[in-house]
Amino acid sequence: MGIQTWTFIIVGITFALYIGIAIWSRASSTKEFYVAGGGVSPLANGLATAADWMSAASFLGMAGIIAFEGYDGSVYLMGWTGGYVLLALLLAPYLRKFGKFTVPDFIGDRYYSNVARTVAVVAALFVSFTYVAGQMRGVGVVFSRFLEITENQGVYIGMVIVLFYAFLGGMKGITYTQVAQYCVLIFAFMVPAIFISIMATGNPIPQLGFGSAGEDGVYLLDKLNGLMTDLGFTAYTDGSKSTIDVFFITAALMLGTAGLPHVIIRFFTVPKVKDARKSAGYALLFIAILYTTAPAIAVFARTNLMETVENTPYKEIPSWFTKWEDTGLIAWIDKNSDGNIQYLPGDATEGKPIFIDARGEHGQRRISNASNTANELYVDRDITVLANPEIAGLPNWIIALVAAGGLAAALSTAAGLLLVISTSISHDLIKKQFAPDISDKKELLIARLSAVLAVIVAGYFGINPPGFVASVVALAFGLAASSFFPAIVMGIFSKRMNREGAISGMIAGLGITTYYIARFKLGWIGDPENSTPNDWWFGISPEGFGTVGMLFNFGIALVVSRFYAPPPESVQDIVENIRIPSGAGEAIEH
Amino acid sequence: MDAALRKKYWRENLKYLAILLSIWFLVSYGFGILLVDELNTIRLGGFKLGFWFAQQGSIYVFVFLIFIYVRLMNKLDKKYKVNE
Repeated sequence: MGIQTWTFIIVGITFALYIGIAIWSRASSTKEFYVAGGGVSPLANGLATAADWMSAASFLGMAGIIAFEGYDGSVYLMGWTGGYVLLALLLAPYLRKFGKFTVPDFIGDRYYSNVARTVAVVAALFVSFTYVAGQMRGVGVVFSRFLEITENQGVYIGMVIVLFYAFLGGMKGITYTQVAQYCVLIFAFMVPAIFISIMATGNPIPQLGFGSAGEDGVYLLDKLNGLMTDLGFTAYTDGSKSTIDVFFITAALMLGTAGLPHVIIRFFTVPKVKDARKSAGYALLFIAILYTTAPAIAVFARTNLMETVENTPYKEIPSWFTKWEDTGLIAWIDKNSDGNIQYLPGDATEGKPIFIDARGEHGQRRISNASNTANELYVDRDITVLANPEIAGLPNWIIALVAAGGLAAALSTAAGLLLVISTSISHDLIKKQFAPDISDKKELLIARLSAVLAVIVAGYFGINPPGFVASVVALAFGLAASSFFPAIVMGIFSKRMNREGAISGMIAGLGITTYYIARFKLGWIGDPENSTPNDWWFGISPEGFGTVGMLFNFGIALVVSRFYAPPPESVQDIVENIRIPSGAGEAIEH
Repeated sequence: MDAALRKKYWRENLKYLAILLSIWFLVSYGFGILLVDELNTIRLGGFKLGFWFAQQGSIYVFVFLIFIYVRLMNKLDKKYKVNE
């Protein structure tokens, strides 16, 4: 059977599974809709959190980024896992004990202020919308690569599926579909990785394989370093980013991870404080399986690419090369007219290649925007995971499985984010601010309608991505790091922290981070001539600036809080209470 | 639970946090970033050690840290009878 047929079959089966789970796990109260009734086992919550966390970017994009950045790619590996240690030790157990439904709930109650609650709602909405637009786009991209439909049609299909289980089941439906989605995505990621590891080194464990030697007895990483430095690239195991930048980016990603609302709320769904701790451990374990495999895939893929293409005549290139060239993810420009592919440092094209409807003398697709570097090869990073099974010569059903895995990753993350958005609207805004007296049934209806609204808005952004979407992931992490993380940590660990301190801290952190990213990443503020990487403060890139925002938040909050009265007795009692695990019971209903 | 006992429980908790977070910092920011060049002179099979910590070792340690924390806290909760 062809790849197409297999993809239809496997994607069809997984979708039927997700819909079946959604029907089985319908929510009948707001508590079930918001926190799955607080009865999810730690293991199931760990699986769901892992699927929630790992997006299309983790599944399809990360191995590719590492393959092309080498050591510098470590910031994502450490940053997107290390945050779970902070979550498990500093946030999750206490927030579970607190026992409400959302992050703005905690901020609003702990800082006895609707202003604080509103700041938190706005930040939660902004972070989640930024993130979800990319996920919907990811669904579209996967569909269009594997099934012959347009990206927009793919987004529509994704919207319908997510809507189905978000509308019916809320958190309950989402949790159990995420458990299934984790199984699909990890299987789809590991099978090709294991085969490729065996091919490259004979070792079936990719994590060990990329530190082993190939048939020639040379360690794979040494071989890759040699190939790269010979051609003028930086060695794979050395980075080109400055140490301070690597430090700050890693920290911003960790702190952002720990402050992302769609991750935090997953820990409201388990029965006890002890379960919250344990499920953070499970979550990181399941995430680590993919995150420790990705750098291995990166090394295999990069070595394979360097060995296959460098100075190879275009006529003798393997068929996967021309296949991906046809989809526009690979391009070759014969700059020195020798008919061979030269793969050298620098960009081969000015931005993404623009193909013209013509073939060159060797049969290659021609492009109109060649750059003036000597590098002749453009490779889209996403190919690393997508093309892996073909490069390894695996059967068609595995290639179809990768498509299903990519979809599982994108859909599960999108669903988790949509829940945060709908909860923010129905619970934090409508119930808490405008209509405190509405019945549970009405609130549930509003929550469902908010989910519909959120899916439509996310779908709209998926189809018409705002120009800045690609670069705003930095913003999402930066804002989460500079607002939620410090506010929650101080709320738990400092009894003296009061409303005035927390609000001014959050506003200062959000403000300075937004300013820095708007100026140095988006170019919206200030003179572009003074906003080059040379003008970065202390050499910190916009991606790493969330760490500075976090420090600002802490500093200002601590200073301002001293000038105002300590929080009232009742709030200090809340703090005392969340520090002790016993008596968490189920998530409190309002 | 009386206030003095609460305080003691909280102190012990903070002590665990300080120890575990120091290890968290050391393996990632220490071994993986600040000391990476020094550690890269040491080899672990086909890996340079600093590179290995940045792309593998730190993640393994993170997982262990959380499970150690779970164990420590379960014991502490039992000791102070605040477990459920």
